[in-house]
Amino acid sequence: MFFTYLRRELAGRRRQTAIIAVGMALAIALVMIVNSVSAGVRDAQAAVLESVYGVGTDLTVSQASGPPEGGEEGGPGVRFEFGTEDGETTDDGTTLSNSRLTVDRGTSTFDASVLDTVEAVDGVSAASATLSLTNVTFDGELPEPPTDQSSGDQAAAGDGTMPAPGEGGGGGFGGGAFDVTSVTVTGVDPAAEAIGPLSAVELADGRGLDSGDTGEYVVVLDAEYATTEGVAVGDTIDLGGTEFEVVGTVTSTSADAATASNAYIPLDVAQELSGMDGQISDISVQAASASDIPAVKADLEEALPDQTVSTQEDLAASVSGSLGSASSLISSLGLWLSVAVLAAAFLIAILFTIQGVTRRTREFGTLKAIGWSNRRITGQVAGESLVQGLIGGAAGLALGFIGIAVINAISPSLATTSSSAMAAGPGGEGGMAGGFGGGPMAAAQETTEVVLNAPVTLGVVALAVGLAVVGGLLAGAIGGWRASKLRPAEALRSVA
Amino acid sequence: MYTLENVTKTYRQKERTIHALKDVSLTIPTGQLVAIQGPTGGGKSTLLQMLGALDRPTSGRISLGEADLSGMPDAKLGRIRATEIGFVFQGFNLIPTLTAQENVETALEPLGVPAEERRRRATEALVSVGLGDRAHHVPSELSGGQQQRVAIARALVKEPDVLLADEPTGNLDEQTRDEIMALLEGLHRDRGLTLVIVTHDSAVARRAERRLHLKHGTVTERA
Ligand SMILES: Nc1ncnc2c1ncn2[C@@H]1O[C@H](COP(=O)(O)OP(=O)(O)O)[C@@H](O)[C@H]1O
Ligand SMILES: [Mg+2]
Repeated sequence: MFFTYLRRELAGRRRQTAIIAVGMALAIALVMIVNSVSAGVRDAQAAVLESVYGVGTDLTVSQASGPPEGGEEGGPGVRFEFGTEDGETTDDGTTLSNSRLTVDRGTSTFDASVLDTVEAVDGVSAASATLSLTNVTFDGELPEPPTDQSSGDQAAAGDGTMPAPGEGGGGGFGGGAFDVTSVTVTGVDPAAEAIGPLSAVELADGRGLDSGDTGEYVVVLDAEYATTEGVAVGDTIDLGGTEFEVVGTVTSTSADAATASNAYIPLDVAQELSGMDGQISDISVQAASASDIPAVKADLEEALPDQTVSTQEDLAASVSGSLGSASSLISSLGLWLSVAVLAAAFLIAILFTIQGVTRRTREFGTLKAIGWSNRRITGQVAGESLVQGLIGGAAGLALGFIGIAVINAISPSLATTSSSAMAAGPGGEGGMAGGFGGGPMAAAQETTEVVLNAPVTLGVVALAVGLAVVGGLLAGAIGGWRASKLRPAEALRSVA
Repeated sequence: MYTLENVTKTYRQKERTIHALKDVSLTIPTGQLVAIQGPTGGGKSTLLQMLGALDRPTSGRISLGEADLSGMPDAKLGRIRATEIGFVFQGFNLIPTLTAQENVETALEPLGVPAEERRRRATEALVSVGLGDRAHHVPSELSGGQQQRVAIARALVKEPDVLLADEPTGNLDEQTRDEIMALLEGLHRDRGLTLVIVTHDSAVARRAERRLHLKHGTVTERA
């Protein structure tokens, strides 16, 4: 009887069933899509962070601000100092080429002994130091210098100093052809495999760095960069004026993100060539267990008053660009929109159920008059609502799958600029662009393209079904409660 | 057998108190056919609610056989309604989405009758009211008289001791009215049911064993 009555009611009152189901379906589809997209954005963020900091890095130590503790002064920008051997004077001007390996703009370095301090902290299971550098190559032709100096020799032989990118003062060199290429280079501890930037990469060709590489002029390249540059394992490239042998190429383990750096060289070599002896820019720290992270962070902060200690969560906040915007859009607008639509759908279901019960006052009164119990009638109403919710849930699930499939078919790609200590800040590019008047320039972008992939997880499906059941039961409970309050004498109420 | 002792029923409506039944005392022996007449608002339906265990009196005592209907909890009243009392309403009160057969079966639902037996008994009840061939029609596909026949089948499928009918022919034309009355009188005669009918039809009332008149909540016997 229960199922016969249920079936007849749903079939006989199609409009009410359809309205409730459609409302639930739209809400559930929206919740699914928002949930799935935000999972996709989270994955993308994780991929970006992973490529920068490596797998298994719980905390990082850096020194984003404040004076460096030693080495070269951390003045803004790169200075090219051209020696006599770098220039070649022709009739038109001077052809110059110079390659410098320096610390990233905006990155402060600190003493390598900090690593020992970090390793001594309780709860730290592994730590590895890196030094983030940028190799800037200047290739270009200087026009006749815009000075009164008539002697071309003087310009060629003397130490010409180019204005540093970002200083914005170099308006005077119109017409020259410059090529400024910057390559990100990370000095890594060749012995550290489990943690650090190289733990998030996959070997594409050749080999990775190992403990035997300490002090060697060897480099592992990002496979994509190697392809662009047309170099392969066994070739050599120039970094900071020194020849490096390419021993391997790597790709990011997360398919959609590039690796953090174009090139990886042994830490001691990086320190030597950049003149940063005994200096490092970042430490990747792994905690013994995830639950220790807050405690380890607190201990590290106490032990290292000059450095900044960041957890993965802190770092996620630093991922900016359209990925960052997507993330905040999803978490704010998406969340509120789905909560609002869900609330509206629940409200519609409840109101229509109550309205349905009111309309059926005489029907339920009659059933009570012929002996149906309150429980039996409440159960009938709740059953109807639950099935309406489930129909909506099934439709919503289908709609949600379609929506997610559409998003994945479009697969929007999001640009991300990681404003963390390791990658150069956005100011780096802006500054470069300002400086030169005429020549074409190529500056390595610090942005990574990440393809948004909205995953359909069992959790998303469970969420949709759960919401359908909750919505149906909520409407059913309220409607059933109303029905149970009806007096059996309502059956005798006059028809008119 | 019904016994009513000083039964009163008052309704509170905002400031007003409505005395629907005032100090009603009477007995209705088992198997009697009683017609209740009276003006609209006189308290006929209220009296039928008391007899039908749909509601409890404000004061006084009412019992059906051994059962004290005035002092019973709701669940027990529901049980009495399910087993002993059949109702026929002026507006038929069929479930619009269920077929005639299914509507009749709803009366057996609270009795826990197995599906097979439920179906068989419902079919028999429909045949007995002359609607064996309309079992699978929904109410909107049936005429008023046919709908009331389904309602009568629903009332007697549980084989009750009492049949209560509140203006059962009020919504029907003259021709059908007589058919329905003949059907009810036949059931009373053949099954020995106690039958209480509220009716405006004097012709019907005249055929009853006993006539009661209800006005302003007070019952008077008519010869
Ligand atoms: N549920 C109720 N609430 C308030 N007043 C009611 C209710 N039911 C009936 N009444 C009032 O009680 C009186 C008797 O009503 P009723 O028994 O339906 O009369 P009848 O059936 O003879 O027309 C009327 O005045 C009616 O308005
Ligand atoms: Mg009435």
